[in-house]
Order: sequence, then C-alpha cells, then structure tokens
Amino acid sequence: MTKVSEYIDHDQHGVSVGIVEKKFFTFAEPPHEMLLESGAKLGPVTIAYETYGELDAGKSNVILVLHALTGDSHVAGYYSPDDPKPGWWDIMVGPGKAIDTDLYFVVCSNILGSCMGSTGPSSINPAVNRPYALDFPLVTLGDMVTAQKALLDHLGITRVLSVIGGSLGGMQVLEWTVRYPDMVASAIPLATTTRHSALAIAFNEVARQAIMADPNWNNGDYYAGPKPDLGLALARMIGHITYLSDESMRHKFGRRLQDRMDFSFDFDANFQVESYLHYQGTKFVDRFDANSLLFLTKAADYFDLEYHYGQGSAVAAFAHARARFLVVSFTSDWLYPTYQSKAMVKAMKKNGLDVSFCEIEAAWGHDAFLLPSERLNTMVKGFLERVYIEYQTK
Amino acid sequence: MSTLNIKQNELRFDLRIVASLVAPGSRVLDLGCGEGDLLKFLRDQKQVSGTGVERTETGVAECVAKGLSVIHGDINEEVRDYPDQAFDYVILSQTLQQVYEPDRLIRSLLRIGKKGIVSFPNFSHWRIRLQLLLTGRAPISPQLPYEWYDTPNIRVITIEDFRAFARKTGFRILREVAVRTPNHEQQGSIINLLPNLLATYGIFLIGKDNQP
Repeated sequence: MTKVSEYIDHDQHGVSVGIVEKKFFTFAEPPHEMLLESGAKLGPVTIAYETYGELDAGKSNVILVLHALTGDSHVAGYYSPDDPKPGWWDIMVGPGKAIDTDLYFVVCSNILGSCMGSTGPSSINPAVNRPYALDFPLVTLGDMVTAQKALLDHLGITRVLSVIGGSLGGMQVLEWTVRYPDMVASAIPLATTTRHSALAIAFNEVARQAIMADPNWNNGDYYAGPKPDLGLALARMIGHITYLSDESMRHKFGRRLQDRMDFSFDFDANFQVESYLHYQGTKFVDRFDANSLLFLTKAADYFDLEYHYGQGSAVAAFAHARARFLVVSFTSDWLYPTYQSKAMVKAMKKNGLDVSFCEIEAAWGHDAFLLPSERLNTMVKGFLERVYIEYQTK
Repeated sequence: MSTLNIKQNELRFDLRIVASLVAPGSRVLDLGCGEGDLLKFLRDQKQVSGTGVERTETGVAECVAKGLSVIHGDINEEVRDYPDQAFDYVILSQTLQQVYEPDRLIRSLLRIGKKGIVSFPNFSHWRIRLQLLLTGRAPISPQLPYEWYDTPNIRVITIEDFRAFARKTGFRILREVAVRTPNHEQQGSIINLLPNLLATYGIFLIGKDNQP
C-alpha cells in the first residue's frame, strides 16, 4: 500500500496507512443461511471490511478492530487522494502508530445489522427484492461476532493477536474472548461494559422512540419515500449527550450563545450546545439508516455477557476466556462508568486471567476513547508489543 | 551515555534484595508497584510472571507500556479479588507505612500468596534517633524525606516492631534482611550487626504460621 504522508502533517504519531479499499465478503448463501441466536435464519450475508498491513507467513500478526454503534470498517487511511477525512481511528492505526501497520495485519469489518456495507435492514432481501426493513431479524452481538469469525475463516486466519474496540466495539471484544477463546491471544476492551445499565437502555429506548414517532418512519417501510430524518436526527442528538459529560459540555459550550448577542425569545437554537446537537443530528441522517439504529441499539441492550455465558455471574462468564486483557475506562464516562470496567476486571482476576486495568483521567466523557490520548497510545502500543513478542517466541 | 544508562537501569538496592528473595520462574504480585521497575527486573532476570497493583495512573501507564500486567487501584481493595494462593510471592515494598489496617493486609497477602515479602524504612536507625533527641523535631531522612504535614506515611515502623507484630499477628518471619544505604539509594550493604540501629531498611520474607 502506498504511504501518503502529506495528508497527515497534523499527526505526530506517524504517517497514514495511505489509500485503502473497502472490500466485501458474502457467505451464508441459501440454503446455507446463517442461524442467528434468535433462531431466525439470514442469508446471504455480506460483510464489508478493510485490511491494512501485511499478513505475515505464520498468520500470527492479526489485530481485529471492532467499531462502535454507528462506526464502519474504515478505521484508517483514505479512500482516494482527495478524500478530505481519514478513517475513524487514524490516530491509533497506521505505520509506527500504537496499532502499527508495519508490524500488524489489521482487520476491521462493518457489523451485521449496520448500513455501511454489511447486510442490515436497508439491504435488499433477495426473497422479495426490496429492503428488509422490519423483516430483518434482530441480530445480537453474538451474531455480529459469528459473522466476523466467518470473515476471518475466509481470510484463512485461525488466531488473532488481539481484538480491540471501544463502547459497542468493546462489547464485541468481550464476546470474542468467551465465544472463541482459543482464537484470541489478547483483548483490549475500552470504555465498555458486560451489559447495559438501566441508564444506557433508557437512552437507547428514547432514541428508538424518537425514530418510531416520526411519521415518515412508516413502520420501517420508508426506503421508497421520505425518510424519518427528524426522528433519526433526534435519536442522534440524544446519543450525543450520552457521549459527552457535564464537564466537557461546560468547557465546550457553557451557556454561550450561537451567533447572537442575546436571546431571540422564540424556540430557535440560541445556545451553542443546541446548535451543536442540531448539527450532529443533521449530519448523521446523511450517513446512517434509521432502521439500522433501531436494530443496533436493541442488540446493544440485549447484550449480557453474564447472562449468556455465566448464568448471571460475571465470574462464571469469564471462566470461558483465555486471553490476556487490557481494560481501560475513562473518569468522566457516565454511559459506561468505571465501576462497570472494575466489575469485569474483578471477574477476570477471580478466574486467574492475566489482566491490566487503567482508568484514564479524561474530561471528554464516553467519547474519550476516540480522542487523541498519549496515555492510551503508549499503553496499547506496549501491551501489543508484549503479546506480539511472546507470540513470536512461542 | 552508557554509564548514565546503566545507572538509570540499575534497580534500587533494597529492590535488588527483594528480588534476590524471589525464586526464578515464580508468580509474583507487587502491591504498590510504581512504574514497574521491580516487576520488569524480575521478568527479565528471573523469568517471573508478575502483576502489579498501582494507585497512580502514571505508574500504571508506565507499567503497561513496559509490557507488564498491572491493575489501577487501591491495594487494600484489589487483594480481595485474587483466588487463594494465586501467587508464590506477594510483595509489599515500602508501602506498609502507608497502610490503614496492616494486620488485615498482611493476612490477605498470605491468603493470596504462599509467601510475602515486606519491606519498610526502619524508623529506629541511629540517625533518626539522634535527630529526634538533638533537635526535638520530627525526623526527616533520605528514606523518609517528608515533613510531618505532607507525608504519605501514616505510621512509623522499626525492625524490632515488625518482629513483635509478627508474633502478635501470628505470621512467621522466614528470612530477615537488614540493609544500609548510606549515600545513594542505588547502592548499599547488608547489615548483620545491630540491624535495628544501623539499618535504613528492613526486608522480611514472611509466611503463614503453620508453614514449614
């Protein structure tokens, strides 16, 4: 892959991985559909994915990156020379960066149920030749991970050096360690949880209701007509509040007004925080499908590692795991607060697993895991190097 | 350049003594591991599989960057979650003087570890005694360099006190090493004569009372 360093003069951690390409893998063609955890069958299934770096001869340098709720397979690099923006974790993934593409072969795929290239509710249901919409089955995080495993099988990869991801990506990381324990040498769950709290479920439900209350939603059947943009934008605004923190909002917006000296005494967005949320909401509807957000938030709410793998006990659930862990939480994350990371660390310790844990002081709320952090970089880098060296000498 | 490197890489003298008490290839928990100097030494020189507990984020990040395993947290809480006899050694290096419930911690230490290694600055060193006697003020030494109002240390311990503590609490002292670090924390020597008077640090290998 070409390295086009001229793009990233702002990045102190090394050059970009360069021009990358989104690829597709299709499997589970009827009659061999994928059996989902709900008992439903789905096929064919297409998974969009990207890879960076070179797979070594022993196929022993694979790092699987797992994206969050509305992310995609585009972790790093650019799609074309005039692409204005790199992938969502370009600060972490690239030559010489913490996830060093000179050393590792990095794989990231779009999750099942999403709308960024993988099969989801907006995909065409081949049986009826129109989008699935609400006929799409409720997929779980287990199903997403099963689909990722199918992709790795297709790539001839039998073992990964590390699985890494934040938020919903972190939940997939945890799912990987108990579903396919022998395939995972190490795992880095960031800003995540083994199961949603009532608070997290509550916000997701309000987001879903916002979409479903939009008349354009039309029971999910909107692909031929106007889309539920207002509902989706509102859902995103709610989401964004949960990704920030009181402290970051105070610093970022305070009570400052947007482009005006005084109140307008109507219901226009006067405060900066209002106009920020409006902007985030509007921007989001251009790239994301409302039904996908319904399905993915539900999958996140259903995720319960304790219940599925330990009959309610985290200790019993992590008894399945073999990986070495690096668990990271952030002080101001109120969506998945530190106590949730501590609980999983505790369960890992009780199982005699090799675990490291760090709570990083950060003001930026849940979003912190995606923002530049020297601390996170050095830890991820050191942790991966150790696993890599041990794996090479084994 | 090279001399500087050697000095920087050289483990503190008391930690070298601690390391000498650890059998090669064993499992070690270092409570209050700081930036992981001891754990790294044990891993590189003695093939020890180690893990640490550290209170500061900087210390934790340094450890992980070095490829060590470490838990960010309070030692009194973190010791609770490990299974019985999970480690061959649990090390409490120069932290006992900061612990609220030493007897409880020592008990936990000997639950999760087969042996414990406890070290602390010896408060009955002759210079400290003399300082108190002559100046009438709270002693400050290279090992205990704090003013009374900004010290992290909530108690003072002497080698003699620790022996008495072992008898009272009911654990065994398997080995006792008293060291003197006269000029530089990097260098020192082992003291056999009048340790309670001459040693700057006491280092104890301890075990359960019923242990052979």
